[in-house]
Amino acid sequence: MGTKKNILFAMRQAPYGCSLAKEGLDALLACAIFDQNITVLFMNDGVYQLCNSQAAEKIHKKSFEKSLKALPLYGVENIYVEKESLDIRQLSVEDLSLPAALIEKKSVGALFQQQHTIFQF
Amino acid sequence: MNFSIVVMGSPYSSQSVETAYRFAEAALENEHTIFRVFFYHDGVYCANQLSVAPQDEINIPDQWQQLTQKNNIDVVVCIASATKRGILNKEEAQRHGKQQFNLISGFELSGLGQLVDACVQSDKVITFAG
Repeated sequence: MGTKKNILFAMRQAPYGCSLAKEGLDALLACAIFDQNITVLFMNDGVYQLCNSQAAEKIHKKSFEKSLKALPLYGVENIYVEKESLDIRQLSVEDLSLPAALIEKKSVGALFQQQHTIFQF
Repeated sequence: MNFSIVVMGSPYSSQSVETAYRFAEAALENEHTIFRVFFYHDGVYCANQLSVAPQDEINIPDQWQQLTQKNNIDVVVCIASATKRGILNKEEAQRHGKQQFNLISGFELSGLGQLVDACVQSDKVITFAG
């Protein structure tokens, strides 16, 4: 597609309750397929997307945990989770299904400044 | 500056759609260009030709149609989001055995590749959601 842009996806919603999480992931994967430089930041309720042991079949949904496992397969490696969002929800990196780099809220601005485009879902 | 605009809010339910429109108008008045408007998530309802507004309110799909046609702006509606929400063109209606179709003319059903293309081709991509 020509130029490679830095595109950040801030995933801020919990999965299942609202379709934004899934639609955000779809948009993210589309950008990855077209070889863009993708960064994903899980923050606010979006950290719940990363929780392991999701039993989505109980609400007749496809497991978001399984869907997220596609990220490394699509070459998405810059995966961050906001530390304060985890702390306030009493979660730790051990609860997460994907390896994600911890980033403090105070450093998120600098991460945003590196991007051409930021999408929030 | 060359903008692309992503609209994710639901027309009539969310003010974000109005704000997106006013931003688009202002950008054009200030001699910027708009490469593409991409409707995603509930924003696909802006492509519903069957929407009827009360007489004293603006018809939002028509408003977007007029602005984009007058200014030669490419309009894409995410096909996956749209078909789930019952926004179909004639081809999709036939493909899925539906009796009716309602995609407003001038808007194109297409994939997320068009969103990526908008990111690549535009100076800035602005999203209106919530």
